Amino acid sequence: MNRMPNRPLTDDELHILVDGQGSPNDLAALRLRLAADPDAQARFAKWQRQRDALHRLHAQVLAEAVPHTLLQAAQAGDAVRTSGNHWWRYGGMAAGVVLAFGAGWLANTNWQEINGPEATTPGMASAQPEREFVHQAVLAHAVYTPEIRHPVEVTAQEQQHLVQWLSKRLDKPLKVPDLTTQGFDLVGGRLLPGEAGARAQFMFQDAAGQRVTLYLGAVHQPAAGMSSQETGFRFEPQAGVPSFYWIDQGFGYALAGQLPRAALMQLAQAIYRQL
Amino acid sequence: MIDREPIVAQIPALRRYARVLTGDAWAADDLVQDTLERACSKWRLWLVGTNLRAWLFSVMHNLFVNQLRQSPGAGQISLAEIDDLVNELQAPASDPDLALDLQRCLLCLPPEQREVLLLVSMEGMRYAEIAKVTGVPIGTVMSRLSRARARLQALLDAPARVPTDPSVNQAAPTRPITLHRLK
Repeated sequence: MNRMPNRPLTDDELHILVDGQGSPNDLAALRLRLAADPDAQARFAKWQRQRDALHRLHAQVLAEAVPHTLLQAAQAGDAVRTSGNHWWRYGGMAAGVVLAFGAGWLANTNWQEINGPEATTPGMASAQPEREFVHQAVLAHAVYTPEIRHPVEVTAQEQQHLVQWLSKRLDKPLKVPDLTTQGFDLVGGRLLPGEAGARAQFMFQDAAGQRVTLYLGAVHQPAAGMSSQETGFRFEPQAGVPSFYWIDQGFGYALAGQLPRAALMQLAQAIYRQL
Repeated sequence: MIDREPIVAQIPALRRYARVLTGDAWAADDLVQDTLERACSKWRLWLVGTNLRAWLFSVMHNLFVNQLRQSPGAGQISLAEIDDLVNELQAPASDPDLALDLQRCLLCLPPEQREVLLLVSMEGMRYAEIAKVTGVPIGTVMSRLSRARARLQALLDAPARVPTDPSVNQAAPTRPITLHRLK
């Protein structure tokens, strides 16, 4: 069998050797070829010196005590006020999906599972406001998206007015997410009633005429003594309309639309990133 | 008590990376603070399957890129400036000066190359992880790494200028560089 002459190492292969990012077999094979490639050996030596120097650079910072302001920043964010919501263990986004599927959300049952297995808050009492919120979001979606002539109260033409008006009524500075990268344009928005205060619906439409709605508003907080509701993204198909919802600092957001779950999730993330 | 320990444990590495990335201790801690605040408020963006460290670094990456967009040209010093600095560094360089030299050479690299090089060399991050953190295909990561290593080597190999005054004091402090603040 003819042995191929040793090929000179490519840059990528050199990186792998310098950084040790290959399987032991791969690395051994590369080292053999390196032995026959003097050009590569010179570069390898230099890159390795670079890497070592970089690895040591400002290493004293690693041993420094963490400044107080940074410790505070790590404690910041209302994200983890609620009990049972150990996001760093489950991961924020997928946690909602995991909990959703794990607890049989697809069957649209068992709102008890809402806070996941570690919940200490009574299931039903905290489930009701969320349930109502998503229900209303889906109803509003079903009622308004089929409208041809007047699907919204204020159109995207008057976007600034729309945002100011709804922000005032919801008593919270609102921001309309920009979904043009995902192919969705703002159609407009409207004001809607809600349990804990007025709610808003923004409608978006893609080139094919497919519409999604973002429904948002204050969610009734549980009685004093119970932790505030904070959720990861939760997938909730209701009455045939898939939706993703989440609650952030007492405000609920529900994105509804007849899209595949993955596409809807991408939109939900894009929205969340901008809010 | 809610346990923030996993995040707090990442802070020293974040600080060092930010320090070398920006070349400025103050800007670095600002960047880390912004990162922590955003990470805590946007915790839902953390995908399970990504480890916490990689996610924190990706939050920092996005913030860093945004800061650069807002002040283009910031965070990178020109070759002319570094030539001036090389002039003033004594030769042979002792260890602290080598570190200074290395830091300043790093700042000559375009930010995207600097990031990749640091994540690989300082943090020992896998290439695939770096691709996720920086939001580019792995091929782009590798090509940036090649350019970074080649360019850094060229900068480090650059012939040291002889100071015009041969009696320059060996212990003379180097002129502090005014970097554009990344704000």
